[in-house]
Parts: sequence; C-alpha cells; structure tokens
Amino acid sequence: MNEAIVSMRGICKSFPGVKALDNVDFTLHSNEVMALLGENGAGKSTLMKILSGVYTRDSGTLEIFGKEYGDLSAKQAQSLGIAIIHQELNMCSHLSVAENIFLGREKMKGCFLDKKAMESEAQKILTDLNLDIRPTDVVGNLPVSKQQLVEIAKALSLNAKVLIMDEPTSALTAKEINELFRIILELRDNGCGIVYISHRLEELQHIADKVTIMRDGQFISAMDFKDTTMDRIIADMVGREIKEKFPRVKCEKGKKIFEVKNLNAGKLVRDINFSLYEGEIVGFAGLMGAGRTEMTRVIFGVDPKESGQLFLDGKEIKISNAGEAIRQGIVLAPEDRKKDGLCTKLSVKDNIILPNLDIICNKFGVLQSKKENEICGKAVKDLKIKTPTVNVLADSLSGGNQQKVVVAKWLARNSRVVIFDEPTRGIDVAAKVEIYNIMNELKRQGIAVMFVSSELPEVLGVADRIIVMCDGRITGEVMAKETSQEEILTYATRFENKLAASAQEAQ
Amino acid sequence: MEKLKLSFKRILAVRGMGAALIALAGWIVLYIVFGAINPMIFKANNILNLLRSMAKYLLVGVGQSVILITGNIDLSIGSIVAMSAMISATLMSKGVSVMTALLVAFISCMIIGFINGLLVGKFKLPPFIATLGTMFCARGISYLVNDNRNTNAISSGIGKEAGTAFQNFFYYGKTLGVYNAFWIALIIFIVIFFILSKTRTGRHIYAVGSNIEAAKLSGVNVFSTITKAYMISAFCAFVVGLILCAQANMGNMEAGNCYEMYGVAAGVIGGISPLGGSGLLLGAFAGAGVWQTLENGLGIIGASVGLQRIVIGIIVTGAVMVDILFRHGLSSKKIKNK
Repeated sequence: MNEAIVSMRGICKSFPGVKALDNVDFTLHSNEVMALLGENGAGKSTLMKILSGVYTRDSGTLEIFGKEYGDLSAKQAQSLGIAIIHQELNMCSHLSVAENIFLGREKMKGCFLDKKAMESEAQKILTDLNLDIRPTDVVGNLPVSKQQLVEIAKALSLNAKVLIMDEPTSALTAKEINELFRIILELRDNGCGIVYISHRLEELQHIADKVTIMRDGQFISAMDFKDTTMDRIIADMVGREIKEKFPRVKCEKGKKIFEVKNLNAGKLVRDINFSLYEGEIVGFAGLMGAGRTEMTRVIFGVDPKESGQLFLDGKEIKISNAGEAIRQGIVLAPEDRKKDGLCTKLSVKDNIILPNLDIICNKFGVLQSKKENEICGKAVKDLKIKTPTVNVLADSLSGGNQQKVVVAKWLARNSRVVIFDEPTRGIDVAAKVEIYNIMNELKRQGIAVMFVSSELPEVLGVADRIIVMCDGRITGEVMAKETSQEEILTYATRFENKLAASAQEAQ
Repeated sequence: MEKLKLSFKRILAVRGMGAALIALAGWIVLYIVFGAINPMIFKANNILNLLRSMAKYLLVGVGQSVILITGNIDLSIGSIVAMSAMISATLMSKGVSVMTALLVAFISCMIIGFINGLLVGKFKLPPFIATLGTMFCARGISYLVNDNRNTNAISSGIGKEAGTAFQNFFYYGKTLGVYNAFWIALIIFIVIFFILSKTRTGRHIYAVGSNIEAAKLSGVNVFSTITKAYMISAFCAFVVGLILCAQANMGNMEAGNCYEMYGVAAGVIGGISPLGGSGLLLGAFAGAGVWQTLENGLGIIGASVGLQRIVIGIIVTGAVMVDILFRHGLSSKKIKNK
C-alpha cells in the first residue's frame, strides 16, 4: 500500500554564485503527508521545483512511480500527476473560477469552448472540497484566502497523485485552515502523497506524518513526526538550539507617548481608542479582516480618516499623508513586502535610504553619499541582513532578508512610534527572533511599538499588552501575562457588536 | 593598475551601466561601419553636423526617459515641441522681444507638463490616455497661435540683428568649435543626469517607477514626483521647439511630429526599461547617438527615406529583443546546462 512514489537521490543544483542544493535525498510515499521544513533559503522550494519540472537538476537521480526520469519537463510532471501550489498566487484575476481551473486545457465542443461542461465540472470539484465559491465568480473579486482555495481546486482537477503545497496557509483564516487540513487528510487517505511546506510549525501536529528537514541546501534529517519533538525539529532546522523563541526584555512602563481617540474610517475602522506608553510593546491580535491593517494605514495617513484625533506626546497632530506621519515620528513597516514594502527593482541601499532622504540630503536636495553609506552600513550590520553588497537588487534577497530590509528602512531615524504589521510572515525561526530583538531594542529606547500579528503565540510571547480587534472594533484588551490563547480568541470572534449594529440599522 | 581595475569595477556595478555601455559601443561600431562604406562620414564637418542634429533627439530622449523611469509615458512631447516653436516664432515675427517670446512659450509648455502630471499623478488616468489628450490639445494650440498658418520669418518682426542672434544662439553659432545646439542639449542632459542620480527628486522618480505603493508608504509625494517628471519632459520639448524654430527661422505647425516616439526609441536603445524603475540616463545619450548616426549614415550612403525608416524600426525592436534574449538566455542556459 505505502509504496515510495517519489524518490530523489543525491540531487545537486547550482545557480550563478549559489549552490542551492547539495546532494539532497528525498522520499515520498503514497498515503502520507510529508512536511518539508527548513529556514528561508534552505532549498525547499528549489527541490520542489525540480520535482515539478520547473528546474532541471545538475546531477542526481529522480524516480517517480518507480521509473527514472532524466530531465523532467513541467508538462511531463503534470501528466505524471505532480501538482504544485506556489507560495505566490498564479491566477488570472480577470477570469472566472472555472476559466482559471481549466486554463490551458479548456474543454471544447467542436471549435467552441464548452463553457457548460467546464462550469459543471468545476462546480463538482468545489462541492467536493466543500467550498462556498461559484464557478462563475471572477477570481479577482474573491478574497485572497478563497483564491488560494481555487488554486487548490485547480490542482485537484488535474487528478494529482503528488501534491506539493508551498506555504498554503499563510493567507487563510483559522476556519479555512481547518477546512484545508480536512481536504489534505482526505486526499492522503485516497492514496495521494502530499508535500507540505510551512513555517508554522504548530500546524504540523494536525496533519504531518513525516518530516524532512533541510538546511543550507543540504539534507539534514527525515523522521516520523510522532517519534520526534518540536525542539528537535527546530534544532535541526536552525543548526543550533534556539534558547528563547520569544525573547523578552523587562522595562518600566513610562509616560504616555501616543493616543488614538474615536478613530473612524470605513467599515473596518470603527471607534478605535487606545494609548501607547514608553517601555511596552502593544500587540494587536485578531482574525484576518478584523481591520488591523486598515487601522494602521489610517494612522499612518495613507488612507483618509472620517473622524478621530491623534495625540503624540500630549499634543494633537494632524496627518494627511505618509510623509507627514514620518516627519512627526510615526512610521509603519507594512504587511505585504512585495506590494507595499519594497521597490524590488531598486537596490537594497536605495530601499533603506528611500524614507530617509530628508536626513541624507543637504538643503538643496542633493544626496550626500557619505551619510548614505553610513546609514546603510549600520542598518545592514544591526539587522544582520545577509547580502553580498548593498548594491544588489532587493529582489535577489531571500524572504527573511527582504523583510529585514523593510524593517531597516525605519530604524535609521528617531521615531516615536513604530508600527510593525505582520513583520514575521513567511520568514524562518531565526529571522523571527532577530525581528523580536529589534522590537525589544526599540522598547528599551522608550519608543512605542505597535505589533500587529495574526499568530497568537508570538503576540503572547513578545507583546506586553494585547489589544484584540474584531470586525473593525476593539473588542478586548488584556495583559499578555494574564491571558491565554482561548481568551484572545473569544474576543477576536466577538461579532455581537456587528449584530447589534445591524439590528439598529434595521430599525 | 589595481586601483584602475577597482574603479572600473565600481563603474560597472552601477545599475543600467551595462546596457548604456553596450549602446555606446554599438554607436561607435555603427559609426565605423558607415565610415567604412563611405569615408565622408569621418569628415570633421559631418561630425559637427551629426552632433548638432543629434541635439533634438538627445533632448526628447532624455525627457521621455525620465517619464519612462517613473513607469509612465509622455505622448505630448512632439506637440509641445510644435507649441514652443509656434508661440515663440509668432511673437517674435510680430516684433515682441526675444526674451518675452521665450518666456511666454516656456510658461505655456510648462503648463502642459503640469496638466500631464495632474492627470496622471493626481487623477490616476492611464498615462497613455492622459497624454494622448494633451498631445491633441497642444497640437491644436500650435495651429491656433498663428491662425492655422506657419509663421513669417522671425527676423521680419524682431529685426535682422536680433533674429540672427537668436538663430546663432540656438542653432547656427559655434562655441569651442562645436555647434551651440549640441552644447545646450549636453548641458541639459548633464543637469538632468545629476538630478536623477544625486538628488532626492531623482530617487523619488526611480522609487515611484519601481513600486508606487512602497514609495507612497515611504513618505514619497507621488503626485509631486510625477508632476516634476512631466515638467522636466515638457522643458526638454520646449528647448527642442526653440532649436527647430532657430533652424528654420520660422515656426512650423507640424514641427516635432512623432518626436515622442523618437524619445522612446532613444531611451529603450539605451536600456531604459519602459516598465519603469530602471535605466541609466547615459543610455538615452547613446540611444540618441545611435539614432542620429543611423539617419546620418543611411542618408550619406544614399539609402532612401523609406529604407531608413525600416532599418531604424528594426534596430529599435532588435535592441530590446537582444536585451530580453540576453537576460533570459543567462538564466535559462544555467538550467539547461546539464
């Protein structure tokens, strides 16, 4: 029953200047979920791209269903039943769900598209997956989480025998994740082999049968999940033991720095009131779509507010664009680094310098390269950004290092309030700890830190005080020491306000 | 020697330098090839003429390149050239002083540049459409200025002496043995090169072209950055209008036809990405040179205008295709190696 369906031996792969894979072994059986783990840049994605025919290996053997393949092409891999769901979505956002599912292999009736057949088949797959999506929905109008599920539906419609998922849960809500796990386990029981790549180690207990761990392009270990411990997994991934997953520094809570009063903007920012003090990190917890990102954007002046006041050091401040916020000393490291955080076609240096040009330029607006290099060198050193030089394109760095650049942009100036929106999404354990250390350092310097995160363990581990949002409102405020995940979740799912509000509207 | 090597390496490390240097090398090769066919090309007189005619392509190339780097396009350049020529020539031929005429033309051109910035930066119109509109309007204005006719000779209004002085300053006169038109273009090129590489505005222009959202979240004023870029482009077109006006001693309503596209060509030959965010202005210089050498060389060896156009068309497309193949080739070759 449990035969080896994929067996890779001694795989090597180099890119210009980097040895991405060095003699890696990997085996996948049918009826199993294999968690493939490792830090950013460990080579997981590269290995899976070789398996799915996107890259060809430099050396090593690749056996699928007992047959050896030399240079596997993407088309060949697809016909063998290997499907990969990439970390970044690959959907045509203007086309419908059914059109996307059948893209490139449209069903024809003579020389016309057989729309009906495609839609009914798509409907069948969606029903099987228990998804509340219609085949005629336009993909671009669906929330990101639903788009991700369409991607999965597409993979399934190919009758995949080997399903590779690269960080499939990073954009999903808790409910959708449970649904996804149910689907994964069902597929496993039907004989599929599933490769699951994720940085969220706490997910593994729900689905993983086995784990394979890679580090720096090398195979480190493979084991049954039930025979191992989280600490062992993390130690293998990082190559050393991480003493504290959530480092914490003790600080006296000082005077009030920043206050938000009665802030309103759109549906997702309703009646927000809170204050930030010296010497504490305030976590903002909540489900996806609770309005936390929207709130940070309004405070930062990117989106307009309807009403409300902001006070910095006791004085009211007016902010109507990001430039003003920055000058007043409020900065935001945004959530989506590719979309909002980085100019990927510019160098690491240009990115770090961009918001700090006012410090670097003389009064005629001319850059002073000495100051520029100083700030840049310091940022790279302080944040341990791994980059050959600061002149390489930001795009060429690994995810974790890109994230560090996003953070580094804001540390060169004397800010009063630093807002981090999901700063650790999609980065590895070691890089996460470095980001936490940066937040702790800011806290020690008496800077107010706002820490928005959807991962409860890190909010509980790093923040001192936690504000919980649900549906655009603040529904709870707790001290990290005195609370639990359950309590936060209760607040995070408190939709009564919404019910009350809609009842009022109805009257 | 070591030091030289190091500084050479540092020059090559500047992004976009590779493409710009290749275009420069291509320019020289092209020049030598034409010279081998007809040595007339190497004559000092021809070189001077070539540099003078290159001035207008250099200016529109620089202006359009700045816009391309912001990730936009400016279709109104050619019409602004005509507006500048027609307004200044009309006023001068009616006896208004040179300074006043140029000032009025300058202000009019900058207003068009500002409107472009307003439409694209503030009201978020697709730049292709926004500047298509201003292209037609500016061309219409250049028709209306002198009641749908080309102007009389400018010296008929401001007098022979002032007319000659104007023509010499912008076109016929020489400084240090080279025609003024080239010097003017070169100085403007250097100033804009400096703005792009060494000032805050320049960094903002690159950032907006690379990722407008990230730029906004870094405190960049997107509207003012895009507007500045369009005004730089309009300024370049304004100067080209004066050069054409000085050359012809009159204003021509059809002046500058298609110049916006010559600008795009000069930019992309020099490796400036039409998608924004990357490219070195030095490339536009080389691109303008390639363009003018083609025109000059093909003319001298006796190719017909039709043939010239075809060759130029192939070279523009070819330059971009080679660039794409080169980049793709580098990454896919590695994959297929074994």
